[in-house]
Amino acid sequence: MKNKKGLIKQDSGRRKFLKMGIFASGAAVTAVGLNVFADDKTTGEKVKVMTTDGKTVEVDSGSLEKESCCNSHAVSNKEAREGMPGKKFVMVVDLSRCRNALKCQDSCNKNHFITGHNAWLKVYNMRESADTAPYWMPMMCQHCDEPACVTVCPVDATFKRRDGIVLIDNERCIGCRFCMAACPYSTRIFNWSEPDQKAAMEAVDHSPKYSPEHAGSPSIKGTVDKCDFCPHMTRQGKLPHCVSACPNDVFLYGDAYEDTVTNGSGQSYRLSKLLEDKAGYRYLDRLGTHPSVYYLPPAERSDDFVDGLENYTEFESVRKPE
Amino acid sequence: MSKYDELIVELAPRKFQRYGKIWTTGLIIVVILGIIAYIDQIIKGQEVTNMRDYVLWGVYISNFVFFVAISFVGSLGAAILRLTKKAWRTPLVRIAEIIAFAAIIMAGLTIILDMGRPDRLLNLFIHGRLQSPITWDVIIITTYIAISLLILYIPLLPDLAILSKYFKGKTWLSKWYGFFSLKWTGSKKQWEIQSKSIQIVAVLIIPVALILQTVDAWLFSTTYRIGWDSTNFGPYFIAGAFVVGTGGLISVMYVLRKAYHLENHITNMHFDKMGRLLVFACLVYLYFNINEYLLPAFTAPKAETEHLDELFTGLYAPLFWFVTIGGLILPILILIFPKGRKPLPLFIIALLVVVTSWWKRYLIVVPSLLHPFMPMQGVPESWHSYFPSLHEWAIVSGTLAMALLIITILVRYLPIIPIYRTAKEQGILETDKEGQL
Ligand code: SF4
Ligand code: SF4
Ligand code: SF4
Repeated sequence: MKNKKGLIKQDSGRRKFLKMGIFASGAAVTAVGLNVFADDKTTGEKVKVMTTDGKTVEVDSGSLEKESCCNSHAVSNKEAREGMPGKKFVMVVDLSRCRNALKCQDSCNKNHFITGHNAWLKVYNMRESADTAPYWMPMMCQHCDEPACVTVCPVDATFKRRDGIVLIDNERCIGCRFCMAACPYSTRIFNWSEPDQKAAMEAVDHSPKYSPEHAGSPSIKGTVDKCDFCPHMTRQGKLPHCVSACPNDVFLYGDAYEDTVTNGSGQSYRLSKLLEDKAGYRYLDRLGTHPSVYYLPPAERSDDFVDGLENYTEFESVRKPE
Repeated sequence: MSKYDELIVELAPRKFQRYGKIWTTGLIIVVILGIIAYIDQIIKGQEVTNMRDYVLWGVYISNFVFFVAISFVGSLGAAILRLTKKAWRTPLVRIAEIIAFAAIIMAGLTIILDMGRPDRLLNLFIHGRLQSPITWDVIIITTYIAISLLILYIPLLPDLAILSKYFKGKTWLSKWYGFFSLKWTGSKKQWEIQSKSIQIVAVLIIPVALILQTVDAWLFSTTYRIGWDSTNFGPYFIAGAFVVGTGGLISVMYVLRKAYHLENHITNMHFDKMGRLLVFACLVYLYFNINEYLLPAFTAPKAETEHLDELFTGLYAPLFWFVTIGGLILPILILIFPKGRKPLPLFIIALLVVVTSWWKRYLIVVPSLLHPFMPMQGVPESWHSYFPSLHEWAIVSGTLAMALLIITILVRYLPIIPIYRTAKEQGILETDKEGQL
C-alpha cells in the first residue's frame, strides 16, 4: 500500500471503519484502486480512467457502475430529523483530479431517480477571471453549518441535523421556494410538475418509500429537492453514490470527528492533514455559510482541462433515456 | 327636502348605471379567467408558469409586493389624515381605506398563488418557525388585514345607521345596514367608544404599516442575493409604498369623482394637495433609488456591476428607464407646477405612477435571480431568462381585477364620502332631541 504523507494505511483504515460501522463493506478495491466489481455488466465500451496514483488505464464502462441501493434503510421521520449521534459528515472534493467524467452526476441522478431538468450535483465549467486557468468544479449541497436555507424556511421543512446534514421533509414543505432564493450555491431544485420517476425506479427495481434520508424516493410535486449527502448509504456503511462512482477519486467522504475521509477507492486520509497539505478551502465561505464540503484547489492537475469539454453539456445535466 | 336629506341622497350608495355594470362584468370575467388558470396550475403544477429553478420567483411575488406596497398609504395616509384632524381630508379617507383593505386582502391571497403546495397552507401555523421572514410576513399581514378592516368599519357605523333609515323602503338593504351598524343610535356612550376605538386603531396602524413594508423588504434582504442583500431595503420599500399608495389614491379619487359627480366634495384643492404629496413622496423615493442604484455603481464588485449594467444598459434597461423616468422623474417635473396638479393631468400621472410601480416590483424581483453566485449551467436554455407565461398573466390579471372588484363592491354599498362627518362639518346635521340620529 502507498504510504504517502497523510494516507492512512488502507488496512488499518478499513478496520477503523469497521469499528465505526460505516463504509464497512461498500468499498471493494482492486489493485489499481478502481471500483471494479465482479459484475457481469460488461458493456464492451472502454473508458479511460485515472488510478489513484495518477496512471490512466482503460476499463470496461460497465464495471464502473456501483450496484444500486436498497429499499431497506428507511428510518422514522424523527430519526431522520435528528441524525446520527456523534458524527459530523464532511466531504472533500479534489479539484485537481476532476476531468468532468460526470460519473458522479450519472450515479446521483440514477440513484435519486432524478428525472427533471436540473441535477443536484453539477460539474461547473469554472473560470474565475481571464488570467486564471479554467477547471471543473463538482458542486452539490454544501450542507452548510450556517445554512441560509434552514434559516428562512417558514415551516421547518428543511432542517439541520446533529450530524451536520441538511435535509428536506418533502411531506411538510409548502413550496414557497424561499430556501432556493436564500441558497447562494444554487443547489436546490423544485418539482415544477408531477415527477415522472416510474421508469427510473423500475430500471433498478426500486420501490419508493418516502424518507428525508433518501431524497427523490420519491420526489414530490410542488416541493424542493437537493443533495441529501446520502445518509441512506451511510446507514448501510456505504459511501455516497457520487463518491464511489467517481473513477478519478475526486470525492472523499467521512466524519470530521474521526478526522477521516475516504475516497471511492476505499483509501482513507486524515482530513485535517489533507486540508492543510493541499490548502483546502470552502467555497464562498466569506458569506458565513460554513459549508461541510471542502475543496482542494485545482493545482498540479494531472490532466488537461479541455479533455473534460467532451462531456460538457451547457444545457443539460440530467441525461434523458433515448 | 332639507339640506341634510339632500346630502344623504347625494352620498348614499347608488345602483350602477350602464358603465358601472359593464365595468363590473368585465372585472368578473377577468377574475373567472384567473381562477380557471389557477385551477389548471394546481392540476399541472407550476410547470405552467415560466418560473424555473433560477428564476424561482416571478410575477406572483412581484405582484404580491405591489399589493403590499399599495396597501400602505391607503391606510397610513388615512391614519395620518385622521390623526391630524384636518377637515379637508374627510372625503378622501374612506377611499384610501377601501383601497388599503382590498390591496392587503389580495396580498394575502397572491402569496398563496405562488406556493407549490397551497394544500399545506396550515403548516404555516402548525409548524411555523419564528426566525423565518415568511412567518413574520404571515403574522404582520393578518394583523394588517384586521386593522384595516377595523379602521374602515368603525367610522362607518353612524353612516350605516343613516343608510338603514334611508333605505327603509327596501327592507332587505335596510336590514343589512341596520345589522352592520351594530344598533348604532348615536348615544353619547357610543360616540365615546367609537372615537376612542378610532384613535387606538389609527395610532396602531402606523407602526404596523411600517413593519409590514419592512418585513416585506426583508423577504429579499435576508438572502445573499446580489441586488437584494441591502440594508437600505426597509426604508426603500416604505418610500416606494408611499409613492404607489398616493398614486393609487389619486387614481381612484378621480374615477369616483367622475362617476358619481362628486365635484362638490372632491375639489381641485384636494387634487392639488394630493399632487404635492405625490411630489414629496417621489422625491423621497428618488433619494432611496440613488442610494440603491447609483451609489453601488461606484464601488460594486464585479458581480454587482454586472447586475447593475443589466439594469442600466442591458436587457432590462428599457424597463428600468421607463420605470425610473415615468415613475419618478416625470411626476416630479410635472407636479411641481400647479397646472400639473389639476385633476386630469394629475390623474394621468398617478396612473403612470401606479403602472410603473408595478413594473418596478418586477425589476426588484426578477433580474437579481438571474445573477446567482454560481454560473447558470446544466439547465435548458429557456431557464436562463424569464417572462411570465400566459397562465401567470391570467392569474395576475385575475388578482388585480379582484382587487378592483372588491373596491367596486365596497363603493357600491358604502358611502364613499362619509355622510355623517360631512353633514357635521357643513353644519347641517339633523338629530332628534336626544342628539340621536
Ligand atoms: S448549500 Fe444551499 S441548500 Fe445546501 S445547506 Fe447550504 S444553503 Fe442550504
Ligand atoms: S420551499 Fe419548502 S423547504 Fe424551501 S423554504 Fe419553503 S417550505 Fe422550506
Ligand atoms: S452525496 Fe448523494 S445526493 Fe449528494 S451529490 Fe452525492 S450522490 Fe448526490
